[in-house]
Amino acid sequence: MSLKHILLEKKDSLLALWFDRIVDTYPAETAKFLKNQKDRFANPVGQTIHEGIEGIFQELVQGGEIAKVSGFLDAMIRVRAIQEFTAAQAVAFIFFLKSIIRDGVKDIPLTSELAEELAILDSQIDSLVLIAFDIFMQCREKLYDIKANEMKNMTYRLLQQANLVTEIEGATQETTFISIPKKEVNT
Amino acid sequence: MKVVLPFIAVVVLALLALVGVTLAHQVEFFFGVIVPYTAVAVFIFGFIYRVLQWAKSPVPFCIPTTCGQQKTLPWIKHDKLENPVTTLQVVGRMLLEVLVFRSLFRNMKTEMTDGKIVYGSEKLLWLAGLAFHWTFFFIFARHFRFFFQDVPSILSMMEGVDSFFQVGAPLFYMTDAVILGAVTFLIFRRVYLPQIRYISLASDFFPLFLIFGIALSGILMRYMFKVHIVAVKQFAMGLVSLSPIIPQGIGAIFYVHLFLICTLLIYFPFSKLMHMGGVFLSPTRNMANDSRMVRHINPWNYPVHVHTYAEYEDEFREKMKKAGLPVEKE
Amino acid sequence: MAKLPTPEELMKLNYNPPQDENWMDKPVELKPGNICWGAKGKNLKIVEFPNARDWSPVEADWKLPQDWEGTVLEAMADRLSKYRSFKIFMDICVRCGACADKCHFFIGGGDPKNMPVLRAELMRSVYRKYFTNSGKYLGKLAGARELDLGVLKEWWYYFYQCTECRRCSVFCPYGIDTAEITMMAREFTNLLGLNTDWISGPVANCYMKGNHLGLEPHAIMNSVEGMVDDIETITGIRINPSFNRKGAEILFVTPSGDLFADPGTFTAMGYMMLFHELGLDYTWSTYASEGGNFGLFTSNEMAKRLNSKIYAEAKRLGVKYIIGGECGHMWRVLNQYMDTWNGPADFMEVPKSPITGTVFDNAASTKMIHVTEFTADLIKNGKLKLDPTRNDDLVVTYHDSCNTARGMGLLEEPRYIINNVCNKFHEMPENTIRERTFCCGSGTGLNASENMELRMRGGLPRANAVKHVTEKYGVNTLANICAIDRATLSASMDYWVPGTRVAGVHELVANAMIMTGEKERETNLRGEPLPGKGGNE
Repeated sequence: MSLKHILLEKKDSLLALWFDRIVDTYPAETAKFLKNQKDRFANPVGQTIHEGIEGIFQELVQGGEIAKVSGFLDAMIRVRAIQEFTAAQAVAFIFFLKSIIRDGVKDIPLTSELAEELAILDSQIDSLVLIAFDIFMQCREKLYDIKANEMKNMTYRLLQQANLVTEIEGATQETTFISIPKKEVNT
Repeated sequence: MKVVLPFIAVVVLALLALVGVTLAHQVEFFFGVIVPYTAVAVFIFGFIYRVLQWAKSPVPFCIPTTCGQQKTLPWIKHDKLENPVTTLQVVGRMLLEVLVFRSLFRNMKTEMTDGKIVYGSEKLLWLAGLAFHWTFFFIFARHFRFFFQDVPSILSMMEGVDSFFQVGAPLFYMTDAVILGAVTFLIFRRVYLPQIRYISLASDFFPLFLIFGIALSGILMRYMFKVHIVAVKQFAMGLVSLSPIIPQGIGAIFYVHLFLICTLLIYFPFSKLMHMGGVFLSPTRNMANDSRMVRHINPWNYPVHVHTYAEYEDEFREKMKKAGLPVEKE
Repeated sequence: MAKLPTPEELMKLNYNPPQDENWMDKPVELKPGNICWGAKGKNLKIVEFPNARDWSPVEADWKLPQDWEGTVLEAMADRLSKYRSFKIFMDICVRCGACADKCHFFIGGGDPKNMPVLRAELMRSVYRKYFTNSGKYLGKLAGARELDLGVLKEWWYYFYQCTECRRCSVFCPYGIDTAEITMMAREFTNLLGLNTDWISGPVANCYMKGNHLGLEPHAIMNSVEGMVDDIETITGIRINPSFNRKGAEILFVTPSGDLFADPGTFTAMGYMMLFHELGLDYTWSTYASEGGNFGLFTSNEMAKRLNSKIYAEAKRLGVKYIIGGECGHMWRVLNQYMDTWNGPADFMEVPKSPITGTVFDNAASTKMIHVTEFTADLIKNGKLKLDPTRNDDLVVTYHDSCNTARGMGLLEEPRYIINNVCNKFHEMPENTIRERTFCCGSGTGLNASENMELRMRGGLPRANAVKHVTEKYGVNTLANICAIDRATLSASMDYWVPGTRVAGVHELVANAMIMTGEKERETNLRGEPLPGKGGNE
């Protein structure tokens, strides 16, 4: 049986473990809430973790597209990027998967094929962390953009009035509206 | 600590009564007469005192929490119970709150990812809370048969309902089981849910253990140790007629029950249990959202230092004139 | 091999307190990204506040006055005797936990002290120590603790992390309203000069110049003039608004944010176009040029001082009644405080729409109506010519502001308007709207930029519901009736649901409204091509 099959078979239990490990990085009182509150609107963080890890796992094991994995990573990192985590803490949860998978296959005799497959998977997980780190940086930069934009929105008309800025005829005026694609893809 | 200590306290209280009356019968007078009268007095005066203390502080602003559509244009349906404007509507809102715990009932529906609707733990809290309070009231009312020579028919009816299943001898009261279950759940919840345990204080556990002890001793008394019921009635009648007597052979367990109840009565006015009175005084619930229709008066409203228009114009007069704004003083 | 921490060790933080740890033992840590800068001395001086000096919350020394503990405890005793709400809410909480997961900051961030019950316990613990016997003698066992610098910092940190949105109060079986407790905490901290810069700046501005932004009279006129130009470009109609005009029938007051910050300006253009089309006899005021009231986030007295200008100006100008623009906390004040503070407004008349003749009895005493009440009545009576297809590029959802929902109950009016000016409208899930609406995450003067992480966390529950309707129905516009929402939801959408427009209801009205004598419109108020009219389609 290939590693892929083993992992797909044990998917539910592995994901449950992964979820618990992530949630346990929050205070105990919060962890319980993140685990138990099933309403997706009352518990967006728990919901994002659920959807995120399932998506990442699926794509990782099935060898899916990088864009899709990035989408799932994006949702999770976007939350962690504003939650009092350092950069390392924000992305470290991906590494958890390594030890969870190791534990998951520890009853299976370690053949050289399995060892090789595990090594490949490890390096793929490493890549995920790198992508996650990029996303984390993008989110942080976005925050600074937002700060700057707010400042600009607040003062632009004042500057205009004071004749400190004028629009150049024909130049495209920047607006914060709909021309931005629906969902940012971060790859 | 905050769980164990209150538990020990309740056990000690129970033992105190038990050991006391078992060792020396003279102590029966203390537990049977002095303590109950003191407890009732403390409860009544304490309760009134607390409510008066609250009432002494005025309600300076009209601050109902509105939970439905306001009364505006005649063709927009006004939500009379969630956003009351008349006294009658406020009474309706309060009744819903006090009798069926309306607010606790909110937001129980939970939408899962796959679109299924489920009911979360919040419903359990509402249900357990409701079961607890209603059975408590039922049992409390049921006890009044001890205080009447002729038991009023309403009480007999309540008993009939309560022992509807007609099992056991003496007949088993459903409320006994329900209250034990509900209190157990409320204790369990405080111990088991980390966020609830985190916010709980010793004073949250103490009344729960105490009420558990009262219910348990009551049940033991009725079904297991079978105290002398005629003597109990004699005793109760004596208390209410202000000519207390201590009949022989009531049984120690009765004093445990009584002492725990007295403890509860004494504890009540000094504790969070005062929410029973407080809920009626809560300004976010008992006020009408009519502050745009009728002026609400703040008794301590006082004049404040403001920046007047005249001061404003003085500062900006030249600029205002230049911009073509009318000014009061040229 | 080098001894490096494992990922698990890296992530553990100092979180996950041992199960029996008491929350009182966990000292507060003021984290950047969660806090606003401290107030500047000059702004506190302008409004004659005590302990006016520059200070910084991240520095150890807060430059507190002598015997500050005494000041706080004295004030606490005073407020307990003045506010039944405060006294009762200190006494009757049973810590049932129904509110625990109702706060947007807890939901989005997970800090246990953001559970409303615990936020309130921060204050209750001190109350018990000094105002109850059990707390005095049993101390920690009774949940009591002494007031010290650590406690004060904790108060400051968490009570400037509450947006007074009242969502918890909806779910509390006793109606305990954390907003009432936060208001008290802010009163106390202001006695020590501990306001934030983002609140005290606007307060000082509003006090001296009439509005939060500190716009002087000519600047207000210029700004409105700029909008008048834009309106002329779009519609071909020149509007001539008046300022400080005596004898006008109506005084119009709106948050000053609408005069300057996009996208609020489009809402302000909307009001002007509507009033012009109706030929309404109304005036702006430069003195009472602020509907919002950051005093409310400071102290009761400061709020009253700022609010006084509205009635004073109405009286000076001799108007018959007042219309108020789209703003959240402004309406908390207007509905629940203004008349009590600065009334009675017996120099005015019960508002009566000059167009429809409708008498607004619901404002019989305050003489001030909400602009959506006014507009809904117009539409119901068929007084506006509307072409909702002009908004056909917008798929709209509606965000209830905390204050208009839970401090007033203004729920149907805006929805009725939106449904008449837009063809595509979808509600967000029911436990996130109306009385259960989620805060934008930045109310009560938390809309600074230095606390952006906090704002994004607090905004997550709202954004998450928007994202849901965006994915389900293709919603691209988040309508609302609050100036702070227009500013802060723009930021929150930009982070969580990029591509979602934030718009005031009257922007949508003005887009759809056919004005008498207008030219064929090519663009909406934002200068973007109308559906079917442009190259971008």
